[in-house]
Amino acid sequence: MSVTPLLDVQHLTKRYGTRIGCSDVSFKLYPGEVMGVVGESGSGKSTLLNCLAGHLPPDEGRILFDTRTEGPRDTLTMSEPERRMLGRTDWAFVHQNPRDGLRMRVSAGGNVGERLMAVGARHYGNIRNAAEDWLERVEIDTDRMDDRPAQFSGGMQQRLQIARNLVSGPRLVFMDEPTGGLDVSVQARLLDLLRGLVRKMGLSAIIVTHDLAVVRLLADRLMVMKSGDVVETGLTDQVLDDPQHAYTQLLVSSVLQV
Amino acid sequence: MTAQAAAAMDDYNFAYLDEQTKRMIRRAILKGLAVPGYQVPFASREMPMPYGWGTGGVQVSAAVMTPDDTIKVIDQGADDTTNAVSIRKFFERTADIDVTERTSEATIIQTRHRIPEELLNEDQILVYQVPIPEPMRFIEPRETETRKMHALEEYGLMHVRLYENIAKHGAITTAYAYPVKVEDRYVMDPSPIPKFDNPKLESEAIQIFGAGREQRIYAVPPYTKVVSLDFDDYPFDPSKANHPCALCGSVTSYLDEVIVDDKGGRMFVCSDTDYCASRIRRQEQAA
Amino acid sequence: MYVAVKGGERAIDNAHTWLAEERRGDISVEELSIAQIREQLALAVARVMAEGSLFDPDLAALAIKQARGDMIEAVFLIRAFRTTLPRFGASEPIDTGAMTCDRRISATFKDVPGGQVLGPTFDYTHRLIDFTLAATGELPPEAQAGEPRTEPTPHVTEFLDREGLIQTEEDDTKTPRDLTREPLDFPADRPLRLQAIARGDEGFILSMAYSTQRGYGRNHPFVGELRVGQVAIEMDIPELGFAIDIGEVTITECETVNQFMGSKSEPPQFTRGYGLVFGHCERKAISMALVDRALRWEELGEDNVGAPAQDVEFVLSHADNVQATGFLEHIKLPHYVDFQSELELIRKLRAEAETAKAEEDASPFQEAAE
Repeated sequence: MSVTPLLDVQHLTKRYGTRIGCSDVSFKLYPGEVMGVVGESGSGKSTLLNCLAGHLPPDEGRILFDTRTEGPRDTLTMSEPERRMLGRTDWAFVHQNPRDGLRMRVSAGGNVGERLMAVGARHYGNIRNAAEDWLERVEIDTDRMDDRPAQFSGGMQQRLQIARNLVSGPRLVFMDEPTGGLDVSVQARLLDLLRGLVRKMGLSAIIVTHDLAVVRLLADRLMVMKSGDVVETGLTDQVLDDPQHAYTQLLVSSVLQV
Repeated sequence: MTAQAAAAMDDYNFAYLDEQTKRMIRRAILKGLAVPGYQVPFASREMPMPYGWGTGGVQVSAAVMTPDDTIKVIDQGADDTTNAVSIRKFFERTADIDVTERTSEATIIQTRHRIPEELLNEDQILVYQVPIPEPMRFIEPRETETRKMHALEEYGLMHVRLYENIAKHGAITTAYAYPVKVEDRYVMDPSPIPKFDNPKLESEAIQIFGAGREQRIYAVPPYTKVVSLDFDDYPFDPSKANHPCALCGSVTSYLDEVIVDDKGGRMFVCSDTDYCASRIRRQEQAA
Repeated sequence: MYVAVKGGERAIDNAHTWLAEERRGDISVEELSIAQIREQLALAVARVMAEGSLFDPDLAALAIKQARGDMIEAVFLIRAFRTTLPRFGASEPIDTGAMTCDRRISATFKDVPGGQVLGPTFDYTHRLIDFTLAATGELPPEAQAGEPRTEPTPHVTEFLDREGLIQTEEDDTKTPRDLTREPLDFPADRPLRLQAIARGDEGFILSMAYSTQRGYGRNHPFVGELRVGQVAIEMDIPELGFAIDIGEVTITECETVNQFMGSKSEPPQFTRGYGLVFGHCERKAISMALVDRALRWEELGEDNVGAPAQDVEFVLSHADNVQATGFLEHIKLPHYVDFQSELELIRKLRAEAETAKAEEDASPFQEAAE
């Protein structure tokens, strides 16, 4: 493929003392692609995500991100200001717990507007319109715009977190168990919403989850992790319908039993 | 103060602080002038007045003071408020320098909460007393975090705060200590001056801000760009009480509201006592 | 009327004169001497020296007298005086092992080399008001003095250290940063933290320590050792080329022994908290050791449970009572310029709200049209 990958991860390794976080992970993510990372807790999928997003320093490897102005650059050797700039412009991070990703004492509108203001938006009316637009897109009643997220239900908080992240038109979204901790019916609605956004916006994303239903709906490709290693990769349907590795087979069958 | 104690004060070094300490403070001031709006940490000393009562300003004034200087001290714009009197006396006693109430005669003006109405010139230094130097302190209480935010120019939260104001009240509700951006780089707290004074932060004089308890010095050199944070459609508004001064008739100066009786009667008078008095003097001479 | 609003020099002078009069109190009552305060209010003097960061019992006694017994005010006087003192140099580190102990106890061992020395302590007194003290002139019975030890008293933690049961404190030989000569800077290393706590407010440090005992960052302390006594101060005189004894100070030292479960890389071991203050200040020394230990969570690989006593910035930024009291009391100063600005804003916002409401009321058909 001649297209430059958006993200090119090479031999990424993270250790916690003698324990392995994730080991020698390599993959490419192309623009418009959604990659799912699955595995049980302790498999290293969250470690991997946090290394990719710059929240954890890996011990080895390279993470090449195709920047807007300078082409592929290793985010690990970038300066802190550059990395932080990416974090509030081209990247977005959706936390499992919306409380980690929202400012609980700032109104919903302010939460959505923050990223715009961080990169220099200085017109109150425009910021407000953008916030309103995004609240509508994530199906939050615009009447609630000046309420604080603390007054929202868990599902609404998660949708607000998504709006807050997507408002600046990020080119790469990291999601950590975005449906975790929500009721099943609320999960379904959120998944539906995410699928719509991913399709409409052509988002590139890396979604970490232990829930195969989430990746079945959202991910183009899948990476299966166990004890810090990638044990299987492939197209989502292929991996889920015809798992090759014994661990993946176990994972898929355990879900089917439920 | 008893006569004995007053005599004892003569044993202290010129302007109380020893020369080593003054040199340390002057280094911090120079650094502050070189990086406008940046908060320079300095090893603030315990002064003989309490923290929060101008120890930062006093240390800065002491460090820049020479025997030829003339100092004016104001609090709330006035020379005769208790704290201004106390600090002026301190310098009279420890530095034996000339004091004045006239803005134009002073070479050093130490102030709390106001900028004089009369425009300052290149031969003057305005020293501010600062309680909380960090403009983001009430958004982020951690010093380690706010320093990082300054270093990386992450000022989005400042505007989030203004956004919240407008969303809730229809206007920016910061009336004093209104944050500014200095020379397009550092967001700075101008100390608790009313926002009315913000436009005067762009000045011909050297402005030095001293926060004793918080151990920070920062500065705005002459002719430096100082912009009050706002939105394009909600511009900064340096408003004040819409009255003339009851004593001198000024319609442009910042006013104090004085309650004159217990039936709700009140009058508005200039907060800058020297400005008011000199206007009255001129009017009397003209009459 | 208008003039009365402003302070004025005369009012200040009068206030000071009145203060001096109040300080003296009823002149038919004999005036306190500095020596009386130094000798009979020794623990107050000790606290003022500790938090004032200056060892001078006479000066501290004078400060207490001048401050009318307001301890923080007295500490403040000492600190302001300290500012004006030129610095000639730094003494050698004191050797607390060579201390002449007035008191030395361990809660971890029944008996230890050097012995348990109870010393002058309130610990086992019954807190009953002693009315005989209200009567004057009666001298207390003389205490039976034992033979003072001449040899050094070893530290209790050394015994644990010899068995490898307690984490060793490495001497990194670096000159610690000086809190009184450099601004407090974060992250603050342990020497800097200890300095800040040592001159921190006794009440604040006590409460922080107490909070760890009640579960907010619990660290299972035992008082390994508490000792009070005199140590020699030695200073290197460049002109002489060697260190000479320049006097002695009374200090209180506390080492706590704390549990540590060990980690994946470290076997279980005891850890330490350390407290050292000027004068006889046991409560402060023990509190200091507990807070020191709580602040070490990161270095020892413990969890931050979000307890106030684990938060270096929180503890260090709020421990100093001279800073705290100054900033707190400064709100007594006039703030009418800022208040005026708020007043104008509130009036303006209220006026706008009323206009908006009036307009709404004036157009009753709008609602129907919607």
